[in-house]
Amino acid sequence: MKKSIDLINERVRDGNARVVTADAMPGIVAELGEEEALREVDVVTTGTFGAMCSSGAFFNFGHAEPPIRMERIWLNDVEAYGGLAAVDTYIGATQQSTTREDQYGGAHVIEDFIAGKSVELRAMSRGTDCYPRRTITTDLLLEHLNQAIMCNPRNAYQRYNAAINTTDRMLHTYMGMLLPNSGNITFSGAGGLNPISNDPKLHMIGNGVPIFLGGAQGMVIGEGTQSSPAGGFGTLMVSGNMKEMSQDYVRAATMQGYGVTLYLGVGIPIPVVDLDVVRSTAVRDEDITVDLLDYGVPSRSRPVVRKVNYAQLRSGLVEVNGEEVRTSSLSSYRKAKEVAETLKVWVEQGKVNLVLPTRPISPETRVMPMHESVHGPRVLDIMDKRVISVGETEEIRAAAQKLLKGETNHLPVINNSGLLVGIVTTYDISKAVANPGKATLVRDIMKKKVVTTTPDEPVDIAVQKLERHNISAMPVVDREMHVVAMLTAINLGKLIGGRWLK
Amino acid sequence: MKLLVNFSKKAGQKPIIAQVVKDTGVLINVERAIIDSSEGEALIDIPDDTCRIVKEKLADLGATVRVLEHGIILDETECVDCGACVSVCPHEVFYLDEHWVIRLREGRCVLCGRCIDACPHHALYQKDEA
Ligand code: SF4
Ligand code: SF4
Repeated sequence: MKKSIDLINERVRDGNARVVTADAMPGIVAELGEEEALREVDVVTTGTFGAMCSSGAFFNFGHAEPPIRMERIWLNDVEAYGGLAAVDTYIGATQQSTTREDQYGGAHVIEDFIAGKSVELRAMSRGTDCYPRRTITTDLLLEHLNQAIMCNPRNAYQRYNAAINTTDRMLHTYMGMLLPNSGNITFSGAGGLNPISNDPKLHMIGNGVPIFLGGAQGMVIGEGTQSSPAGGFGTLMVSGNMKEMSQDYVRAATMQGYGVTLYLGVGIPIPVVDLDVVRSTAVRDEDITVDLLDYGVPSRSRPVVRKVNYAQLRSGLVEVNGEEVRTSSLSSYRKAKEVAETLKVWVEQGKVNLVLPTRPISPETRVMPMHESVHGPRVLDIMDKRVISVGETEEIRAAAQKLLKGETNHLPVINNSGLLVGIVTTYDISKAVANPGKATLVRDIMKKKVVTTTPDEPVDIAVQKLERHNISAMPVVDREMHVVAMLTAINLGKLIGGRWLK
Repeated sequence: MKLLVNFSKKAGQKPIIAQVVKDTGVLINVERAIIDSSEGEALIDIPDDTCRIVKEKLADLGATVRVLEHGIILDETECVDCGACVSVCPHEVFYLDEHWVIRLREGRCVLCGRCIDACPHHALYQKDEA
């Protein structure tokens, strides 16, 4: 059996349609069976409410007298794009204020407009024959704009990998605050309520489909940026009229140490036209699995600590290496349900005309990493291969002499097998000489916890290590812990004026 | 009831809180303390009916004392019930109820301030910051 979209719209018009939220669907299918569920249910509404960084809005301000062709534009000191000619602009949610840093950004401008607050526009131009004006400053309300169209390149992630931190340092990430030593887990997304999770093959979600966006009726423009539905990480590009939105579903936020983002409510009604839709909307939290990634590794490919599903994440505790670790959702499940329920009411009231995609989105797309034609500098490009080291059983005096000769302030300490076991600095030696005590050998005064790097490590990561530990040099080691070179602050100078910064 | 105690630490002086316990016989629960070589701040929890005597004794010993009537406070208009605060709190103050609404067990809070940084919506604050 199949149901046409026309039949579903007809039932909606007649007030006979059965509309349910996605979290109710697994129960209905379990109770009635798939065939009966198809006959019974006409529309499943989905919803999610969470941080959607890749969001923003187009504004048209209307022409001033005399007119200006805005080239640089700020809204409450947040820079907006000035390349759209005359009085159009696009403001991105994560753009930060030039005066208030991460406490205010594009997301706040969007929320303030929707909340009915006044926003200051400042713009500059070089002045042309047709647009003579060079500067403008004016206070604007949303109603003063001709158009305010939210247009988000990448929203409604199908699911998102969870985060943990195995290092001994607190991390501040876009996945929120990650406590040291696997102290907590954070995750995002509404699991079985998530729009694309209810239609992973993108049968019913495609270009032109009506949606709930920030409290307004919006629509799917098409495939979202970075969309990867083939791997289970589809995204959507969506738009909606900001003038119809509500602050209840559009909230600016700051992830401490990461920056500004926008929390947004997105929901999609899925017409139940065939058994495929019945099956895909019967998805449960426990069916949706993600990787738990270690954000302690600052790389594109972070190690997977374990697999975990949304039911486990939402339970509050997840086991990691035999220990129960507490979880935090970054997105709001309550709000996600509210989105799905509001959308349900809209559909029931006949406010939403359901349509099939005017053009399908390919479910085969897979995201590619960046093609880098020039690789960023690595430690081996700038490290100093002349290593002066000292044996752990040598006398402190010997170390002092090496430091004097070697024009270095750091001596890696090696054991009999030539492996790194510690480090001594000029400071350690002076201290030992100034306060002669029992210590006579290098190993008595060396620091045993050595921060190291490897030849392959990107310089940016090595620099982060130096800064974080407040040190000016570290040994470069191979896999076996042989010291192959030193990296010092002086080597970093090679980057400046070198080929990397051209 | 919770008291926030600030004191300067002079060489040779007895530990101030131990002194108060000894002199008053009140059992003081130290929930949080940051003490360096010259000064210290401690958050202590004491039975309500001993408040006056403990406060007086601390003042005698040169400490400044502030009564903390509230733990961390939630601004419901800003909160979106995400739950980002839940796993970062060392004292399990936050939980999501059966309607996925955030709830606080305020009495457990020791005002360490960690959740204030973790909340993406600036929905958490301490009373005197408001
Ligand atoms: S982190 Fe902030 S917004 Fe989220 S639930 Fe906690 S108090 Fe509310
Ligand atoms: S201040 Fe500290 S103890 Fe109090 S609720 Fe926040 S994290 Fe928990």
